[in-house]
Amino acid sequence: MTETTYPDRIKPITPSAERLDAQRRRAKLAHAVRRASIYILAVAIAIWILLPIWLIASMAFSTPADVRAFPKQILPSPFSTQTLEFFLNTQGIINSTINSLVVAVLALVISTLLAVPAGYAIARYLFPGRDAIRLGILSVRAFPVVVLAVPLAVVFIRLGMFDKVHSLAMMHAALTLPTTILVVASVFASVPYELEEAALIFGCTRAQAFWRIVLPLALPGIAAAAILTFVLSWNEVFAAILLTISNRTLPAQILYTLDKSGDPFKFAGGFFMLVPSLIFIFFIRRYLFNMWGQINK
Amino acid sequence: MAEIVIERAVKRFGKFVAIDDVSLTVHDQEFVVLLGPSGCGKTTLLRAIAGLGMLDDGRIVIDGRDVTYLPPKQRDISMVFQNYAIFPHMTVFDNIAFGLKMRKLAKETIRERVDHAAKLLHIENMLERYPGAMSGGQRQRVAVARAIAYDAKVLLMDEPLSNLDALLRLEMRAELKTLLARLGATTVYVTHDQIEALSMGDRIAVMRAGKILQVDTPTRVYDLPANQFVGSFIGNPPMNFLYGQVRRQDGATKIKIGELLITPPEEMQPPLRAYEGRHIYLGIRAENMEALTQPSPDTLPVTVEVIEPLGSQNLLTAHIEGGMLKISTHPDFPATTGGQIWLRFPVRKIRWIDPDSGEAIVPDLEKVLA
Ligand SMILES: Nc1ncnc2c1ncn2[C@@H]1O[C@H](COP(=O)(O)OP(=O)(O)O)[C@@H](O)[C@H]1O
Ligand SMILES: [Mg+2]
Repeated sequence: MTETTYPDRIKPITPSAERLDAQRRRAKLAHAVRRASIYILAVAIAIWILLPIWLIASMAFSTPADVRAFPKQILPSPFSTQTLEFFLNTQGIINSTINSLVVAVLALVISTLLAVPAGYAIARYLFPGRDAIRLGILSVRAFPVVVLAVPLAVVFIRLGMFDKVHSLAMMHAALTLPTTILVVASVFASVPYELEEAALIFGCTRAQAFWRIVLPLALPGIAAAAILTFVLSWNEVFAAILLTISNRTLPAQILYTLDKSGDPFKFAGGFFMLVPSLIFIFFIRRYLFNMWGQINK
Repeated sequence: MAEIVIERAVKRFGKFVAIDDVSLTVHDQEFVVLLGPSGCGKTTLLRAIAGLGMLDDGRIVIDGRDVTYLPPKQRDISMVFQNYAIFPHMTVFDNIAFGLKMRKLAKETIRERVDHAAKLLHIENMLERYPGAMSGGQRQRVAVARAIAYDAKVLLMDEPLSNLDALLRLEMRAELKTLLARLGATTVYVTHDQIEALSMGDRIAVMRAGKILQVDTPTRVYDLPANQFVGSFIGNPPMNFLYGQVRRQDGATKIKIGELLITPPEEMQPPLRAYEGRHIYLGIRAENMEALTQPSPDTLPVTVEVIEPLGSQNLLTAHIEGGMLKISTHPDFPATTGGQIWLRFPVRKIRWIDPDSGEAIVPDLEKVLA
């Protein structure tokens, strides 16, 4: 083997093997630490969210006596549906649950049907007053429900819309519209305009291009906006109390009877409030992730 | 028959004029390249032909039909976009079939046409895949397959190769050229790459700042640029421009560069006479000068500053009065850095340029024909 000889000034600089090893070990360790801390953080966040849910769920399936006991058990034992049954048999709960579902679905439909065209227009068209409208939409958020609800109740009474499920749904839709419009607009803006133009070239009208190309690609974002509406409507209590009397929604009904009832009722109610949102998100969750990876590029 | 006629097209964005009174005719089955630096309006012009941006003035006629105000779907065109614009939520098959489905063709016909187009572009085994899982080169093939499967009379391409790496671009260039020649569609192809334009086009339309400067065959655009811009934009290295004084001597118009006197050919005498006593530019390509190692009559001595061996040729840089000169020589030519060589200028290879307008000075005959 012959040693290559270099003139002094171009001698190759190779770090010694040990130094390389030490460097590599350090890099590996740093990498491991970074990964571990991400996991720890994720687990902490998950516990933070899941612990109360677990507590509520396990209480809901314990006997009323166990619910009142302290310290609480980790697992419901004996397992019992007594608490839930008691809650469900309470006057007005079933009815208000149905009301809540109807209101939430109606609000979702109204809000989505309005937000999709509005969001598309804001994302794609340069029309006079676009920025003013965008600001106007956002400024609706500045009015708290507290301020809106009482005058609205008066108006609703005058129009004969008071204490109706669909009136409350409209109210909830109005509450979420500013957010949903802006969310949907940003989703539409993220769909490359070139894709729409390609559709036009290959034989689509504008409406067809929207229906076949833009809408499917925007679906995840639209679903997210829909969830937002559903959950907000499901949880909203202030407008619900003010605008309805006989057609109460679930949160309004629970709040109404809260001070007259004990812990078992509260835990069962909490659990019952929680479940529909969880189920809804479970079914719609795949739209929350982009199904086809990154759009374009 | 699908001829494209663009008449006095104007397109403005606010006050900015992106297309400035452009006229161009693309003959049936012809392959015309729009070539120009970035931002000169190539895409805007192509989109106007496609119907993706209305003109502010002028007309576009495709196949004898005025399409100026028609939407894209009524123009019988298809297009390859610069970023491909493949639909990410459809398989490769559905992407290629998209236009055919919109035309409501029979299922078997669609299947056949998609298979055919996919075979031409060698993506027949990827038809069930989604574009998200494909490389840039593969997506590019899908975009081309979609465009040719649509089988329109006019094919528009906007820098279809610009997003590929150099090696792939070279490969696709040759492949596209053969493919398009076989299809016989009238094609308008946009690029900012002059090599691509020279190697692919039947004719090249050179653009700058919203105007078409010259429309000619690749050889003519290369050898006989209409002006200084075209000469320096096309070719690598760009055309050399030597500053020379026009004077009258021995009953003829001659041009003096350094100590060298060049006698323009017969037909250039009348137009150059008007320049006597002034200066003009002589445009000449690096490979069109004759380099000699010995002094000889009618040669210009220059000092070689840099020698760049490029394999098939050596590129020499020489300093002359008022500028640089690039000379391409055979690799065996014995030049040395700092050494002197002598250059001969074949007058037939010289382009005579007006120094004020930058336009080529042409004999009357050519002016009439152009
Ligand atoms: N939609 C638009 N709005 C405003 N200016 C535009 C628009 N499209 C293109 N331009 C301008 O027009 C000029 C030509 O653009 P383009 O045709 O895309 O150039 P290129 O030759 O690079 O394809 C550029 O200066 C560009 O900034
Ligand atoms: Mg462009």
